[in-house]
Amino acid sequence: MNCEQFVEQVTAFLDGVMDPASERRFVDHLAECDGCGRYLDQVRATVRTLGDLPPENLPPEARESLLAAFRRTDV
Amino acid sequence: MELPGDEELVARLRARDEAAFALVLDSWSGGLLRLARSFVSTGESAAEVVQDTWLAVIKGIDGFEGRSSLKTWVFRILVNTAKRRGKREYRTIPASDLGPTVDPAKFGGPGDPFPGHWLEYPAPWPGPEHAALDGEVRAEVAAALADLPERQRVVLTLRDVEGYDSAEVCAILEISAANQRVLLHRARAFVRGRLDAYFTGGEVAP
Ligand SMILES: [Zn+2]
Repeated sequence: MNCEQFVEQVTAFLDGVMDPASERRFVDHLAECDGCGRYLDQVRATVRTLGDLPPENLPPEARESLLAAFRRTDV
Repeated sequence: MELPGDEELVARLRARDEAAFALVLDSWSGGLLRLARSFVSTGESAAEVVQDTWLAVIKGIDGFEGRSSLKTWVFRILVNTAKRRGKREYRTIPASDLGPTVDPAKFGGPGDPFPGHWLEYPAPWPGPEHAALDGEVRAEVAAALADLPERQRVVLTLRDVEGYDSAEVCAILEISAANQRVLLHRARAFVRGRLDAYFTGGEVAP
């Protein structure tokens, strides 16, 4: 495996869905290539930052009107 | 705040327990709103999609069959509500989504001593642990997210912003695992490229 192939396998690796032979080639490459190690770390940092985006909130009026709609609905 | 299990939650919603409804409304509306925003352009129409979704949940809760988790069911209703507005197709991946995700010029060509290897290693970023805490970095990531093609944005929002696993995202969007991964892979590579340009002052290919 070379670097150009490595970067296209990063998501499959992180999801743990590579077949064992490809995964071994991926890890072997990772062990020997600092550039790809850094690339993988940067993808991980990107994922972490995405998970850290501030939450959004429903406007309070919308929340109130939904609660009212729930109250009104009887079966 | 800990949500009760699905069985209890569904029973309470069916019994018109308003506290239970407020609980799911407050727990999931943020995620729904962000997902809605990845389909529609304005905050206002995103809020409308979320409201329509909850109204459909109120109406449909008695028919919920428990084949997925309650949360997945609710998110799927949102996706269908949002898609109906735009008539989008998610099942196929356009050819434009299948090329390399890192600029091939960054790797050695056939004539170079190490074909396919980095000509220059990716530049280091300042402390990745701190990066997640920095408001400016988050703003850059949010901007990159907004610039993604819609299908990539929807998948990235569900997987990495909301933290769903691959099986859940496939269930919500009704796409194959392979397509889900292609979209996620491209989207992550794009956002990583934008962060790289931000940290190292480089250009990013559109
Ligand atoms: Zn490498």
